[in-house]
Amino acid sequence: MQTFFIIAILTLGFLVTFQIAKASEYVAVLRGEERSRKQSNKINGFMMLIFLIVGLIGVFYCNEKLKGKILGAADSDHGVYIDRMLYITLALTGFVFFLTQIALFLFAYKYQESDKRKAYYFPHNNKLELIWTVIPAITLTILVGFGIFYWFRITGDAPSNSMVVEVTGSQFKWEFRYPGKDGVLGKKYFKEINDAKSNPLGQIWDDPNNHDDVYATGELHLVVNKPVKMVIGAKDVIHDVGLPHFRMKMDAVPGTPTTMWFTPTKTTKEKRIETGDPEFVYEISCDQMCGKGHYSMRGTIVVETQEEFDAWMASQKPQYVRAFPEKDPSAKPVADTLKPVAQLAPAMTTGGSH
Amino acid sequence: MSEAMHAHVEAATGHGVHHDEHNGHGHHHQSFVSKYVFSMDHKTIGKQFLITGIVWAIIGGLFSVLFRLQLGYPGQTFPILETFFGHWAEGGIIKPEFYYALVTMHGTVLVFFVLTAGLSGTFANFLIPLQIGARDMASPFINMLSYWFFFLASVVMLASMFVQTGPASGGWTMYPPLSALGQANDGSKIGADLWLISMALFIVSSLLGGLNYISTILNMRTKGMSMTRLPLTIWALFFTAVLGVLSFPVLLSGAVLLLFDRNLGTSFFLSDIVVNGEILPNEGGSAILYQHLFWFLGHPEVYIILLPAMGMVSEIMSVNSRKPIFGYMAMLGSLFAIAILAFLVWAHHMFVTGLNPFLGSVFVLLTLLIAVPSAIKVFNWLTTLWRGNIRFTPGMLFAIGFVSLFISGGLTGIFLGNSTIDIHLHDTMFVVAHFHIVMGVASMFGMFAGIYHWFPKMFGRYLNTTLAYLHFWVTLIGAYLIFWPMHYQGLAGIPRRYLDKSGWHSFNQFGDLDKMITVVSVVVFAVQLMFVFNFFYSIFKGRKVTSTNPWGATTLEWTTPINPGHGNWEGEIPEVHRWAYDYAKDGRDFIPQTEPIGNNESAH
Repeated sequence: MQTFFIIAILTLGFLVTFQIAKASEYVAVLRGEERSRKQSNKINGFMMLIFLIVGLIGVFYCNEKLKGKILGAADSDHGVYIDRMLYITLALTGFVFFLTQIALFLFAYKYQESDKRKAYYFPHNNKLELIWTVIPAITLTILVGFGIFYWFRITGDAPSNSMVVEVTGSQFKWEFRYPGKDGVLGKKYFKEINDAKSNPLGQIWDDPNNHDDVYATGELHLVVNKPVKMVIGAKDVIHDVGLPHFRMKMDAVPGTPTTMWFTPTKTTKEKRIETGDPEFVYEISCDQMCGKGHYSMRGTIVVETQEEFDAWMASQKPQYVRAFPEKDPSAKPVADTLKPVAQLAPAMTTGGSH
Repeated sequence: MSEAMHAHVEAATGHGVHHDEHNGHGHHHQSFVSKYVFSMDHKTIGKQFLITGIVWAIIGGLFSVLFRLQLGYPGQTFPILETFFGHWAEGGIIKPEFYYALVTMHGTVLVFFVLTAGLSGTFANFLIPLQIGARDMASPFINMLSYWFFFLASVVMLASMFVQTGPASGGWTMYPPLSALGQANDGSKIGADLWLISMALFIVSSLLGGLNYISTILNMRTKGMSMTRLPLTIWALFFTAVLGVLSFPVLLSGAVLLLFDRNLGTSFFLSDIVVNGEILPNEGGSAILYQHLFWFLGHPEVYIILLPAMGMVSEIMSVNSRKPIFGYMAMLGSLFAIAILAFLVWAHHMFVTGLNPFLGSVFVLLTLLIAVPSAIKVFNWLTTLWRGNIRFTPGMLFAIGFVSLFISGGLTGIFLGNSTIDIHLHDTMFVVAHFHIVMGVASMFGMFAGIYHWFPKMFGRYLNTTLAYLHFWVTLIGAYLIFWPMHYQGLAGIPRRYLDKSGWHSFNQFGDLDKMITVVSVVVFAVQLMFVFNFFYSIFKGRKVTSTNPWGATTLEWTTPINPGHGNWEGEIPEVHRWAYDYAKDGRDFIPQTEPIGNNESAH
């Protein structure tokens, strides 16, 4: 019913507008087209000025209203660079924006048609054109210079003391793998993926590096002030690891692993105190269209101290042990050792061929 | 040889191109079908492109209103949606699959069918022969085919919206593997095949048109019309056609390979995939390869959309400022620079795909370089207005609006083209705001400017100006209200294509803003419908044009009769003696291109 009313009102409004428009055209023809053209020219010229003034106020109003709703200061070292670059660009483009928009609408208002003035024949001026070729070129060189400087810092090799974590996207969840004590992620192969056999990432079990790798889903744990290198992949379609608070982003592409690294600079707890929001949480968003659940593909990150991280890690069981409970060193030794070997055999052959 | 060709052209087109003998009266006996349907008159073909484009614009615009309803009022029911869309909106709530189908179709339709075919198809066809002084295109028959291939593409795309599993819904860029795997996405079932076939047909149409535009501009200019006497519209349409001819085939290759991956079991774009627990055999393909193929068209495509608007704005702005366009050669040079650079920046859409960082830095440099010719254009437009005597015709208003939007959207491009900032802003609402302002709305404004300016030439009548003023101001204000605050959503890190943000802690603070944007977009859409009404009403009932040159313009199209027949000029095609921008020269309001240079005339 409401929809019906809205449509009815729009239709009615349209009919009224149309009748007025038609009538004004008749009036214009009666009064002389030239005269009414000049009159509406004045109105539109005045509107140019009004639009400029109201528009500029609107820009400031919008900023006042929304600036508190965007992200606060970046919570990673790279994020600081990115924010700085953003503000340098904002300052330069902001200046150009006001200069050109004011000139545009002011000229439109000031040089509206008048019987007293004749247009000025001004087809070209090499000096002027040279000025506004060279100045933008210099400005952009500065922006490119800063940009590439930060870009290489951000995309350069991760420090050698980085922790490594693997992030895997699939419709519509995030999965993580920590390398365990050896610090090395074991090999994997997508044809080994088998949820029923507790191998969601396709780890090749005959690679000993896999035996201490820890698997987790949904929540990722990171250590504050310690660089983290993410090895990113996807199982089905392209996803994207989006970390707005750290200002980082990298596609997760099936078949082509990607990497990114950064250093988180605040723990979740510190951030909760700082924002006064006890429920604050770092989120991982999927930023690449990945299907009907794209908008809900959410992961979270807990940034904590090294001690907290170690304690948490100690409570985790390697996925190898979950896949083969009998191999758990903390559990009782199982008498029948033949069974796991039989289970291992096919994995070994497939793994070996790759 | 040349006589044989001449005879051939005549046989194929059914009208004479003997300039000397032609009198424009030989075409009274055309049937309805050959005059309005399978017409080979470039003016009619232009109108066909325009009207088809308008129909698509209504469809594409309506889709955006529908998904804005979801964004502004997530969770609210709109029973009317179920009435029209059945199971796609069960209970009056837009399903995610439906939402993504709407978004995908909105993008595809607006980018390709409206702003490519509807914009350059319309004005290249309509203006090239009229402004260069030719009776028709180099090949009117191929020109007709170009429209009908576009029509076929439209039919296939429209059909895809009515299949059981829905149209393509993986985004207008159709990135595989999502677009390749029916198991991953309902829209990637038959809908994606239809999308690819439709695009293939569309590309054929675009190539046939483009080759025709290029050969017409190069070969069929009237006597005296040297390349540097061409109006900037023609130069812009020329570069547009060159861009299309060189880049669309690359998209075709991407589309064909994707069709192979989908249907023939190849692995061009597929590797290491487990979808819904099913392990696929494909190995060795690269999903990123498709993105290179797509954006090698995709970025020039942005300029295919923008250049015609720039050309028309330059022309309209000069006419209505009663002043020559400032810096004709610089405008031409910057068009050329933009056209070249358009081919060298495609990977800036791919900074976060794992692209080699060094390669990324090269693309940063090339991308930001585009800002230099763009800045030249803006400053030249501003100087064209300076000390003019401006008439705010509806065309002029939209031209000014275009410049404003081009500045706003162009400047945000400097953020995104810088890979460092792009890491944060990539695929967020900032991108949506940026390209809608600079490419979407700005080009729409260029198109509106063109329609208002050349409507009298197309139909011999004027559009209602009161409605036109209303159309302009509501659209300009609305465009800024919709897209300006959207940048802040991007700065807050909100990703694109999120139909409901309630599950998120970080993205959930813009409820009121989303409502405001939705309400404004409904109003703006309603005003566009009003424009469409004005358009069709005025074709039949508009105020009649009484003089051949209503805007006081110098260019050749205004030397034709008010309602030119097939062949454009009665009698000889006029000879050109000067460039297209002699306004306010030597104390005269304007001097038509056809007037010989006087003895005492000052040089420019």
